[in-house]
Amino acid sequence: MSERKIILSAKDIEVQFRVRDNYLNAIRGVSLDLYDGETFAIVGESGSGKSVFTKTFTGMLESNGKITNGSVMYDGKDLTKLVSDKDWEGIRGAKIATIFQDPMTSLNPIRTIGSQITEVIIKHQKVSADEAKKQAVDIMDRVGIIDAEKRFNEYPFQYSGGMRQRIVIAIALSCHPEILICDEPTTALDVTIQAQIIDLIKDLQKELKFTTIYITHDLGVVANVADRVGVMYGGQIIEIGTVEEIFYDPAHPYTWALLSSLPQLGVKGQELSYITGTPPSLYNIIKGDAFAPRNKYALKIDFEEEPPFFKITDTHYAKTWLLDPRAPKVEKPEAIRNLHEKIASMTSKGGAYYVEQK
Amino acid sequence: MSNKNKEVLLSVKGVDISFDVGKKKPFRAVKNANFDIYRGETFALVGESGSGKTTIGRAILRINELSKGEIIFKGKKISGKISKEDDREVIRSIQMIFQDPAASLNERANIEYCVSEGINNFHLYTDEADRIAKVDKALMDVGLLPEHKSRYPHEFSGGQRQRVGIARAMIMEPELIVADEPISALDVSIRAQVLNLMNKLKDEKGLTYLFIAHDLSVVRFISDRIAVIHLGRIVEIAETEELFKHPLHPYTISLLSAVPMPDPQIEKPKKHVVYDESKRDHSGPKPILQEIRPGHLVFGNDREMAEYEAKLQEMEKAEAEALKG
Repeated sequence: MSERKIILSAKDIEVQFRVRDNYLNAIRGVSLDLYDGETFAIVGESGSGKSVFTKTFTGMLESNGKITNGSVMYDGKDLTKLVSDKDWEGIRGAKIATIFQDPMTSLNPIRTIGSQITEVIIKHQKVSADEAKKQAVDIMDRVGIIDAEKRFNEYPFQYSGGMRQRIVIAIALSCHPEILICDEPTTALDVTIQAQIIDLIKDLQKELKFTTIYITHDLGVVANVADRVGVMYGGQIIEIGTVEEIFYDPAHPYTWALLSSLPQLGVKGQELSYITGTPPSLYNIIKGDAFAPRNKYALKIDFEEEPPFFKITDTHYAKTWLLDPRAPKVEKPEAIRNLHEKIASMTSKGGAYYVEQK
Repeated sequence: MSNKNKEVLLSVKGVDISFDVGKKKPFRAVKNANFDIYRGETFALVGESGSGKTTIGRAILRINELSKGEIIFKGKKISGKISKEDDREVIRSIQMIFQDPAASLNERANIEYCVSEGINNFHLYTDEADRIAKVDKALMDVGLLPEHKSRYPHEFSGGQRQRVGIARAMIMEPELIVADEPISALDVSIRAQVLNLMNKLKDEKGLTYLFIAHDLSVVRFISDRIAVIHLGRIVEIAETEELFKHPLHPYTISLLSAVPMPDPQIEKPKKHVVYDESKRDHSGPKPILQEIRPGHLVFGNDREMAEYEAKLQEMEKAEAEALKG
């Protein structure tokens, strides 16, 4: 894994927002090496900073936000140094593209689907209108729009939610980006449509070989798409590892809590495990581990000193004092022990989630 | 388990709900819906957006008009034209919990007002002290504190706001609560709290829920019986365990396969089953919702029912053999 090429490298990123007279520390020192061709998932609840962090890769922070520390190295350039739209030309949208949650707000309601795709192709590839149309129909076909030639001249309202998201994907991919950031791409969609869009992104990635960053709060989706996972809390990545490590051998109590509160693991008639309290306010300086006040395994030191990243394997790190050799030995909660065996029995014949595969 | 000796609290009978009635092509949002909700159970209505699940919920609260059929609550018809007293009784005893707690609370009113609005309108208190006591009790029931009364909705987190939304419903001492996607807008870490709270209140107060959702994993955890609805049509009804053990309608199966499981080794190779209504074999007589086992109903015609029956027998046989070891 360490032999693989790093395509983007973020170091010690800190982002601050000015809100009235206060400063909100949205990202508090996040580093990430993104490998070429992988799917990296970022999980966390709202306000954990998952979207803000990836917005620094495309210079799309809101105007009151500022990167106050760190660097994002991509293609020999430090992206945090880019300022004007002109600086970003050739990178944002062309090399690093983003798909957002709500397809209706990403599309212009009063322009045809076709013109919205060709606009991007003409702008970035400088081809003729005819050539752009050919490419647009081709990519519409690829993302599963039936009768693409005919639907080229239709408007967004004539498309269903799932079809609109396919168009947004088509626009994002029309310039052959190297990195595709998917920011909760299926949260606004129905479960059955969600499954189709996930399959589509996976298929396209295999074919076009781009790198994907997948932002979501749904751990089931993470299990499906990710090669590696970063769990974010309070503006920091608090655990990072391969998808197997995060699901089968999680180390941070917050990851434990997230996993065990999944209704898929709930037993009827029993209480579903849940996280007490609320996420920390990022207006205040956070002392110690940000999760400590909600953490039932918190140690005294958690309230006093911020834990460093402890190495578990070459690919797996977690920011929790529980991994310190001096810490008492704590086992992960019962609900997520033997997770694979539990889910395997649920999804095999006779289990609640068994589905006959034809 | 037989449903015969349970009391039917609410009965939806042959209900059609159309929009744009009078125009050339009215849109039939709900087609011939039939189901009973028993007292004390959590009955779930599951389907994708546009399936008509919320429309049915709203019709029960007398917000949407029916174009056919009737709704019976505690033996009394509550759909169409009813007397003013009955109308008040329905509004009091059937309450709703909404999806987005931020949108459903008046942001300029403090919590005391938000929670007591219902009893104010209906004068369900003897004096001011009684009103305050009722608000305090409703807040404590949902895990908030009486001192929260003077605060405003924006001062609360999403989970707390949803608790206020629940308190607002609870203060009316309802018998039936229609919960329309009550946890979809909440963060993962808070969803579990609200589900637990709903279960606790149900046990304590003997409530009945109509739980409207799109996510089968949530529904499996909370409900006793499930109705699956697709394009305005109920395609399958069964007790929760039965539905998950013996899903018969292809749409139910496609919903099941779409539930993402938190396990990479299992989730990654999974193939999703896609159900396309237009590709269904429409030959044979018109399908209806009919009972295939006691309490388990599937939508189909004779030919489809025979297929479901064969499949069901096969599953039952395999289970019997597995039991024998």
